[in-house]
Amino acid sequence: MAKLTKLLTDPINLNNPITVQILGICSALAVTVKLEPAVVMSLSVIFVTALSNFIISLLRNTIPTRIRIIVQLVVIASLVIIVDQFLKAFVYDVSKQLSVFVGLIITNCIIMGRLEAFALGNKPIPALLDGIGNGAGYGLILIIVAFFRELLGSGTIWNVNVIPQSLYAAGYVNNGLMILPPMALILVGVIIWVQKGVFKSLQD
Amino acid sequence: MENILNIFVKSIFIENLVFAYFLGMCSYIAVSKTVKTATGLGFAVIFVMGITVPVNYLLEKYVLSAGALHWIPGLENVDLSFLSFIVFIAVIASMVQLVEMIVERFAPALYANLGIFLPLIAVNCAILGASLFMQERAYSTLGEATTYGIGSGIGWFLAIVIMAAIREKLKYSNPPKPLRGVGLTFIITGLLGIAFMAFMGINL
Repeated sequence: MAKLTKLLTDPINLNNPITVQILGICSALAVTVKLEPAVVMSLSVIFVTALSNFIISLLRNTIPTRIRIIVQLVVIASLVIIVDQFLKAFVYDVSKQLSVFVGLIITNCIIMGRLEAFALGNKPIPALLDGIGNGAGYGLILIIVAFFRELLGSGTIWNVNVIPQSLYAAGYVNNGLMILPPMALILVGVIIWVQKGVFKSLQD
Repeated sequence: MENILNIFVKSIFIENLVFAYFLGMCSYIAVSKTVKTATGLGFAVIFVMGITVPVNYLLEKYVLSAGALHWIPGLENVDLSFLSFIVFIAVIASMVQLVEMIVERFAPALYANLGIFLPLIAVNCAILGASLFMQERAYSTLGEATTYGIGSGIGWFLAIVIMAAIREKLKYSNPPKPLRGVGLTFIITGLLGIAFMAFMGINL
């Protein structure tokens, strides 16, 4: 049981997919300008990683090694189409904002990386937990980055204005640089810096 | 001819997939430790892009887009464009499997070095991204699409080799301990991205 819990909690901090395993960075840059799309994106990724890990783990003894990548991609692509249709039906506005990045979940390396590294060699239930854990670890970083980019770049949190008007009157200006994609990279770099500073075991 | 040259230069410098669109970051960060492995992966990406973009172009033109099946009597009005994601990714995955087999057979040392990242080329967003941009920009001839594919591959190659060269020199510098390795790589990529933004909007 302790082992199963570890599968769930490890990827959130000490084995985080973005900051430690360095997987799935592209989408982290693109959807983190605002908090809302970042949260929707995280939930979609948790759903896809968890279920694809589970399904591939069920199939692991029947997939021929040579064509495994194609089989994995078909499973992932079908799950992503489900997510896409669901978002279009229930949260249309956010789905519009995310546009191509829902499709690009197919090529999110976290999913493929976990399938290759974990699901192909483990039983379905641990694989499911590993998928949820990694999706959550990814989501956590996404939300932290989006929080700072939205706060500093647009002066809002979840589309609610939090910077008081008197501050603008006193000459405060939103930092336009935060909205540009390179700042997401620099923020992720700073998060890694802080994380490695606190948890010494992660240092090279 | 001039048009082809324009696409070529544009895809390498101005619309560089790494610095302008931040695609393919996962393998970019993980494999840019030494110039030698970076060069190997860079060539693999040029090769895969140079094949997949024209193949996907032909599929797009003669099978997927609206009215593309006019060469089969009775199917003039069929529109299969909703299938393009899954078809593109299937082509990419099979090409990657092919490259993996060739590299394993003829360059075992390179195969051992690239490790998990060779299968990960399949989920390298840069490759799917190149095919999707090809579709979006609607290049008119096969030559243009091939040029775009190879040019984007070279642009990605350039980016990863620049980063690997910088990281080799970084070994002799003395940054704060928690920032060493990945954290600093992120921040440098962000700075390079800001530098490459100067190219944006330039037309030959």
